[in-house]
Amino acid sequence: MSKVFSLPEAIRRYVPDGASVCLGTALECLIPFAAAHEVIRQGRRDLTLIGPISDVCFDQLIAAGCVRRVVAAWVGNVQYGTGYGFRRAVEAGVPRPLEVEDHSNLTIALGLEAAGLGVPYLPTRSLLGSDILARSPRLRAAPCPFTGEPLVLVPALVPDVAILHVQRADPDGTGQAWGPTGVTAAAGKASRAVIVVCEELVEPAVVRDDPNRTLVPGFRVDAVVHLPWGAHPSPVQGQYNRDHAIYAEYHRRTASAEGARAWLDEWVRDVPDHAGYLAKLGPARLAGLRPRASRLAAPVDYGS
Amino acid sequence: MAPEPYSPGELMVAAAAREIRDGEVVFVGMRLPLLAFCLARATHAPRAVGLFENGVVRDSPAREFLVTMSDGPNVTGALWCTEMREVMGLLQGGRVDLGFIGGAQIDRFGNLNTTYVGPAGRGTRLPGSGGGADIACLSRRHVIIMAHERRRFVERVDYVTSPGHGDGGSWRRRIGLPGGGPAAVITTLGVFRFDAETRELVLASTHPGVAVEAVRAETGWPLAAAAEVEATPRPTPTELAIVRGFDPEGFWTRGRG
Repeated sequence: MSKVFSLPEAIRRYVPDGASVCLGTALECLIPFAAAHEVIRQGRRDLTLIGPISDVCFDQLIAAGCVRRVVAAWVGNVQYGTGYGFRRAVEAGVPRPLEVEDHSNLTIALGLEAAGLGVPYLPTRSLLGSDILARSPRLRAAPCPFTGEPLVLVPALVPDVAILHVQRADPDGTGQAWGPTGVTAAAGKASRAVIVVCEELVEPAVVRDDPNRTLVPGFRVDAVVHLPWGAHPSPVQGQYNRDHAIYAEYHRRTASAEGARAWLDEWVRDVPDHAGYLAKLGPARLAGLRPRASRLAAPVDYGS
Repeated sequence: MAPEPYSPGELMVAAAAREIRDGEVVFVGMRLPLLAFCLARATHAPRAVGLFENGVVRDSPAREFLVTMSDGPNVTGALWCTEMREVMGLLQGGRVDLGFIGGAQIDRFGNLNTTYVGPAGRGTRLPGSGGGADIACLSRRHVIIMAHERRRFVERVDYVTSPGHGDGGSWRRRIGLPGGGPAAVITTLGVFRFDAETRELVLASTHPGVAVEAVRAETGWPLAAAAEVEATPRPTPTELAIVRGFDPEGFWTRGRG
């Protein structure tokens, strides 16, 4: 059976109500915004979001009422700091109460790595003496069994599904990305199901010609979605730059709950699909985000 | 000739750049520290290497203005693009000389809060740690950059996101933190160091035009001051030109950043 699905179909199959979803794994780039918008359009509820720093992606899902719990190091708007949707949910329970499990970037990474390695936890020296540790429901301080040194044990984080955005994938889901990748490979190993969203759907030979570039192998992937511009407004190296103006507009318009609802209606709920979103942005705006020049790497020789 | 006008942000960037020594490995982060790294590389620290938590390692400043560390120009020409665990591994392994972090609230021992300000249930939720707590715990030393207001400079932070020197003295060693802790705090009013014994914040210099009493008025505990409080050097015309080259619209240094 083919793994290549439309975005709505992939979300329907692999992101049910109540699922724990890992996304925004490369930090400020390669954020699967289109997938998050589809989750909002389908009215998903009670999700747990897992990720290090999601830029405004988590804020949008929270403001839309899709989220019950967030397991993250940082939730906000990277360009402006505050994420109003997150603040309203935590401070006032609007549109619904939100549980927050605070982490640092490293403990999110280690939780996913532990799951990927198939061990119950990984230790770190980070967060000793912090209130992130003191108030965490899951992190635990324990002495090293060998040296007695104080350590923090980070239990494995196993998302139900990871949504990973990459530059290219083959129809079996082998995904290749370049630029910084944050915790993307870790999330691909850790999660029960994996959706790969790609800018380019390529022939199987293309990924096999450059196997060091692979972040997630096809046998770990359940669904492949071919969706150019699927990470907009976040940047995708070699494809498009960051659309800073969207983040500015989102920040300006979502300071009130009514404003957030209006923004979500205009840019997500009243837009039928990703094609409609791109049409709303318009070709001129998209063209302006393209890299001014390409910068090709020298080919490497895998010959034997 | 009157000195060239500059913004508080530009002065802070120049002060932060002076914290970077040539050849150091620096965990950079965003905003003012990113500009400080660019400035240091272009002036006295051409061999400094910058690490970013997303997995970018650079030994040259990006050639264009950046809003985030994952913007295209920060990737083009990088030394290494990889997973977060690699750069965090270098940090935890003691390979990072200096890290920069910002905060919303700080106390007299340099503990930082970026998580929750105010009484439980009635306060303000902030974005959280990001990589800040990791940098504070694990860098060989770190430098804090933040706005100086009385509501931010408090006797004890409401929540310790990024540990500084705890309750002072040898707290970090007792707790098991490997990094050296905060070495300096650069604010909109002055530059602070930490007492070698008590690890309490000590005013080292005030920015041009700022009186020591004005700093005390904006600090929520009886602030210690160096025997001779110096004046923070103004940014030079060369430094200003470089900073403005990297932040042409003043987004981080002359606007809201």
